[in-house]
Amino acid sequence: MTATLPERRSLLGPAVRVFEHHLLVYRRVWKSNVLGSVIRPLLYVLGMGLGVGSLVDDGPRADTALEGLTYFEFFAPAIMATTAMQILTNDALWPIRGGFVWFGTYHNQRATPIDAGDVVTGVLLWHLAKGVLSAGGVAVVLLLFDGTRTAALLPAVVFAAFAGIAYSAPLIAFSASRETDLAYPNIQRFVIVPMFLFSGAFYPIDQLPGWMQTVTRLTPIWHGVELCRGVVHGSLEFVNGAGHLAYLLVWLVVGYVLSRRVFTAKLGV
Amino acid sequence: MGSDDGQPLIEARGLRKRFGDFEAVKGIDFEVRRGESFGFLGPNGAGKSSTMRMIGAVSPVTGGELRLFGLDPATDGKSIRARLGVVPQQDQLDEMLNVEDNLVIYGRYFDISYAESRKQARKLLEFVQLEDRASSKIMPLSGGMKRRVTIARSLMNDPEILLLDEPTTGLDPQARHVLWDRLYRLKQQGVTLVLTTHYMDEAEQLCDRLVIMDEGRIVAEGPPAELIRVHSPREVLELRYPAGANAEQGPALEGIGARQEVLPDRVLVYADDGEAALSEVHRRGASPESALVRRSSLEDVFLRLTGRTLVE
Ligand SMILES: Nc1ncnc2c1ncn2[C@@H]1O[C@H](COP(=O)(O)OP(=O)(O)OP(=O)(O)O)[C@@H](O)[C@H]1O
Ligand SMILES: [Mg+2]
Repeated sequence: MTATLPERRSLLGPAVRVFEHHLLVYRRVWKSNVLGSVIRPLLYVLGMGLGVGSLVDDGPRADTALEGLTYFEFFAPAIMATTAMQILTNDALWPIRGGFVWFGTYHNQRATPIDAGDVVTGVLLWHLAKGVLSAGGVAVVLLLFDGTRTAALLPAVVFAAFAGIAYSAPLIAFSASRETDLAYPNIQRFVIVPMFLFSGAFYPIDQLPGWMQTVTRLTPIWHGVELCRGVVHGSLEFVNGAGHLAYLLVWLVVGYVLSRRVFTAKLGV
Repeated sequence: MGSDDGQPLIEARGLRKRFGDFEAVKGIDFEVRRGESFGFLGPNGAGKSSTMRMIGAVSPVTGGELRLFGLDPATDGKSIRARLGVVPQQDQLDEMLNVEDNLVIYGRYFDISYAESRKQARKLLEFVQLEDRASSKIMPLSGGMKRRVTIARSLMNDPEILLLDEPTTGLDPQARHVLWDRLYRLKQQGVTLVLTTHYMDEAEQLCDRLVIMDEGRIVAEGPPAELIRVHSPREVLELRYPAGANAEQGPALEGIGARQEVLPDRVLVYADDGEAALSEVHRRGASPESALVRRSSLEDVFLRLTGRTLVE
């Protein structure tokens, strides 16, 4: 182990090494993970989409209430976005604490030529991939049904993952800045779950009082839902799509900058 | 490895570390030369880890100057860290990965290709005598094994300097000896070792030169044997009296040996000839419950310089 250094190659930045660490860990759990990310949406889509759908689709306003879609067609693509949000917000809480406190992964990485900023970039790269995987699981389920079997599921997966990291980026900054994990369950209960319920995934938001519609339009998830539903059914206009993406991008960039700041402070005490 | 131009590998001048209003390192000077084994000996809270984290180019220096390989950690942190191996006070092994993968991914952090990293990991697991545990999970390993995995991990990038923060704290004597043996081999291979410890025997075993730290300051510096020779008579007579009676012995023992220290559980008499001092104690009728003569150690140097014991 003396004179000869191992051959080194530098293809991509240190952030990719952080991504690789996640990938290596994922390799040990992917089987249960992949199964879950297909079975869960399958049950969900069957239970909600077909069950509730059978009530709604025969209702008095069936033709107009859902933009001319069946309940299943209305609701199912939105689940891509909400699934990515749920999985990534969870990943942005406890696993981040693990990296700092329980396993010390980030401290280890920081002791090598990887900087605090690289760690954040790598974690978000991983979240993007995880978002694609989880929304992809839903897409696989949607391929089984006539109403949602379309190549547009592909861009929808990307949009869903993008909506997911628009959540995890600021949430990573939050959870990294906490001294304890006591606040984490409340984030889920009082922030994520309400956003899920009022995201416009289950009913058009014009059913809500005016002020609530405004609030909903401010949440990233509504933009994700609109993107996924619109692209799957071919009703997404370019300007609207660009607007939704730009709004998500703002959350992502602000969250990324904040996360870098928190990680730099925490890993350089 | 780089050329040796006589410049120290690590150089600190008036080095300080402040956390809020609390100053953990209060202006220390030291130099570490290539190939030597250098130690920070000090009790809990002395500022050893704070110093090590500054040397490791992860913790910003709050005052004074620090250079590694002639580089400033504030501006050249990445290139410095590329040449360091770090064994942190806590192992921080990834329990989601097996032993070998812990090393392989760590090698990747240094941009070593997967194939090379795996080769290096196998070689190092052999070096720390854990080749049969390559595919084991982390959890079932003993404390000593985990420490060896951490040392193997720290060597993945063939570091020029190995930083070890309390390498054997909490390990049983046998595990400590295994570790000392491995570290000694590394030193023979030319790796510069910088370690912290609060065990005097470890410092004596491993360090060519050390500084004794207390409350953020360096109170003495030198090779272990020299520190002992300069700061303490050759032998120590340890006397134990019945509980609570140690403090009362002062008058009876006055003038015996060069110096005395009364501790809660025993009285130490420093003398060049411990047996002679013991005869004198008996002659004066101050016979203890038990007595023991031993050589002076770094513990005694620390006690002499700070008035306190190293390990409470
Ligand atoms: N991040 C921090 N914030 C505030 N105070 C700190 C921080 N890190 C260390 N300290 C304080 O600085 C002092 C020195 O700590 P340090 O960890 O350097 O000591 P040490 O010599 O390594 O001790 P030990 O033997 O317990 O590991 C301690 O009083 C500690 O409480
Ligand atoms: Mg320490």
